[in-house]
Amino acid sequence: MGNVLKIIFQRLALGLLTLLIVSIVIFVAVNLLPGDFAQSILGQGATPEAVAAIRQDLGLDQPLLTRYFQWLGGVIQGDLGTSFAQANFASFTGTDSGATTVAQQIAPRFANTMFLAMITAAIAVPFSIFLGVLAALYRNTVFDRATNIFTLTSISSPEFFLAYILILFLAVLNPIFPSLSNIFEGMPFGERVEKSMLPALTLTLVVTAHMMRMTRAAIINLLASPYIEMARLKGLSPMRVIVKHALPNALAPIINVIALNLAYLITGVVVVEVVFVYPGIGQLFVDSVKIRDIPVVQACCLIFATAFILLNLTADIMSILSNPRLRHPK
Amino acid sequence: MTEEPLVKMRDVWLEGRSDETWNPIINGVDLTLAKGEVLGLIGESGAGKSTLGLAAMGYTRDGVRISKGSVEFDGIDLLTASAAVKRQLLGKRIAYVAQSAAASFNPAHKLIEQHVEGPVQHHVMSRAESEADGIELYRKLRLPNPDEIGFRYPHQVSGGQLQRCMTAMAMSCRPDLIIFDEPTTALDVTTQIEVLASIRDIVEQFNTAAIYITHDLAVVAQMADRIKVLLKGDEVETADTRTMLSAPTQEYTKSLWAVRSFERPLKPAVQTGSVPVVSVQNVDASYGTVPVLHDVSFDLHEGRTVAVVGESGSGKSTTARCITGLLPPKAGQIMLDGEALPADYRKRSKDQLRQVQMIYQMADTALNPRMSIGQIIARPVEFYLGLKGKEKRKRVDGLLEQIELEPSQYYHRLPSELSGGQKQRIGIARALAAEPKFIICDEVTSALDQLVAEGILRLLARLQDELSLTYMFITHDLATVRAIADEVVVMKDGRVVEQGPKKEMFKPPHHAYTDLLLSSVPEMDPDWLTNLLKERGVDNIGDAAVDKM
Repeated sequence: MGNVLKIIFQRLALGLLTLLIVSIVIFVAVNLLPGDFAQSILGQGATPEAVAAIRQDLGLDQPLLTRYFQWLGGVIQGDLGTSFAQANFASFTGTDSGATTVAQQIAPRFANTMFLAMITAAIAVPFSIFLGVLAALYRNTVFDRATNIFTLTSISSPEFFLAYILILFLAVLNPIFPSLSNIFEGMPFGERVEKSMLPALTLTLVVTAHMMRMTRAAIINLLASPYIEMARLKGLSPMRVIVKHALPNALAPIINVIALNLAYLITGVVVVEVVFVYPGIGQLFVDSVKIRDIPVVQACCLIFATAFILLNLTADIMSILSNPRLRHPK
Repeated sequence: MTEEPLVKMRDVWLEGRSDETWNPIINGVDLTLAKGEVLGLIGESGAGKSTLGLAAMGYTRDGVRISKGSVEFDGIDLLTASAAVKRQLLGKRIAYVAQSAAASFNPAHKLIEQHVEGPVQHHVMSRAESEADGIELYRKLRLPNPDEIGFRYPHQVSGGQLQRCMTAMAMSCRPDLIIFDEPTTALDVTTQIEVLASIRDIVEQFNTAAIYITHDLAVVAQMADRIKVLLKGDEVETADTRTMLSAPTQEYTKSLWAVRSFERPLKPAVQTGSVPVVSVQNVDASYGTVPVLHDVSFDLHEGRTVAVVGESGSGKSTTARCITGLLPPKAGQIMLDGEALPADYRKRSKDQLRQVQMIYQMADTALNPRMSIGQIIARPVEFYLGLKGKEKRKRVDGLLEQIELEPSQYYHRLPSELSGGQKQRIGIARALAAEPKFIICDEVTSALDQLVAEGILRLLARLQDELSLTYMFITHDLATVRAIADEVVVMKDGRVVEQGPKKEMFKPPHHAYTDLLLSSVPEMDPDWLTNLLKERGVDNIGDAAVDKM
């Protein structure tokens, strides 16, 4: 086990380093955006004096390096900064919600996004693995082909298109789920799940193909190995051969694909949020880019990066743990 | 035989698919096996032994089909039986022991977990009963720590022990028939003995019938009541073991028997004071912090062959890596013609690199599958000798002739279009292309059949005489040593335990380890194993004997 702990520790350290590099990239990239908050808030008729005054007020006149370290210092202490839009100009932008710090602003949105991601994962991951196992079991049959066509079609269609199809069938023609997912704080869990169902199903359709196909491929890849032949020659049922003998050895690649898709669920769902009016972090992010609310944009990017790194780290660790050679050294 | 046979295969034809066409593998072979009988199935690789063995279970691998004939097991027609009926028999009444236990145990589950699976799934025993029975079988098979060994994962157990665990697993439902598919081919000689003895005991004890597939005649002589010889899918002959050994009737069988008789004439002793071509001097080496070689020294003289023998893990190949400079030694040095070679191959001159060449064990993986034979051999010709155009082609043709392959036929072929023996010849030609003084042959014949291997040995011997090459011949097969070596170096645990001219090495008294190695090589006498076990005592065979040293 000491071996495994060492590897985990190394990966964690590497993850932190990656995050630091990402923070630099984010900061530079965001500051390369044309225009800034002062310009976008004051509009085209702004006098240079007014722009300069706002810049000074927000510290935008400081050199880039100074601002980076101020920001980084804050982040390390858990202070993501103050939203430009909320701080002094809420009345201009109409975004006043009583939250002034970036953290206050992001927290509820991020919680919503995580909620949706978790519901989607709870449906999509077991469903994809189950489909993948069945497709491997009945490989090259009609079932296998139908599954492939279905999942490939759903991954190839634009998300908003899938979303509208689901709305049409599950909200309009058969009113099973609500088509608007306007969830709010304090809503009971059951109602929340119900309201999030359509976006979750849409996202499930998007992420299933990748995971299902990897499960199928990873299992089929192993079917030629001698221990699978041995399992067959022991007279075991085809299902048992696959679930008990092939799947445990196919976990590492499957886990990695799952992690990638979960990361997508956290960072890439803005289209689905817009269609269902779901108050997630994606919408906040896009809005903040529009008005150049740099502290919020940077914080969102940093959260996305952290999610990616953490999920990949988890996938690495789980892949390691799925290998008995590493769990039980000689 | 009045009793109904257990296995009855009649006029069985098997075909394998390659490139959309079906090619014959087995052509109308009959096989009959009585209850409790052990049948040895021998032949070269590609003779169809394994395919026939699996067909006796009613099983074919992907891309293989039974095109004609019948296979009956205890009166049940396995070819028409449904998959469900066959699953009832497989594992329960017919079991399989594969060649590589390391690959055939599932790496994700503990051994006992895999052992109890058969009995529990076939409702023969409860889990607890089967677990207790497994431990009992481990004990019968003389595995160390029988109470505990099953609770390990496959990678935590050595190859010889795994092979015995697999035999135990095959026994778990007390089947009527076990197919042993080359169960000891991947093992060292000392380990092989233990596995052979255990298999023989347990098969006798439970009166299990067995089909024992191997290419090693001496092994089959110990195990089988009857022997069936296969050649390219046809049966050559079948006879009782003793009859087969003493009086084979077919030419092919006789030629198989004769392989072991190849032996080169002895060369005169090395003149004292002559400078060796290569001299390994007090070499210590390690992988990372793990020491592998300790104070290894020996000389290789011009035109002679030094066989380096020992079991896997004894440091033979590591020594070769030190000589080639792939693994710079921690201490000591390698001399070429009396001059010290830089330890790291990157610091050696082109000429120094040219003088030391290698031939590898697996010709399959040592040849680039996307390059034609001509390109493979031309590369060193161009790199070391700087030949181009016509001259290069002429040299490659010359090399192909030297290895007895017709240049016009082989120049444009890809490695995948050659047989194993031919590929190994290409490996030899590639080494010769550099015009070296010294060639390291790393287990060059161990992946080949005896007849083919003998051809390679004869070729190497001829080339040595013609070009006065010096060979370092790494092997664990003492028959090969007997055939080709002038001097022998015996290694164990990274040390040289004994060295000297071949004549002296094969004559007692030896170092205890050399003695163990020598006496572990199976002989064609069917009583050899029985006598050896008597001599050594049950607790002192194979691995156990090694451990005591």
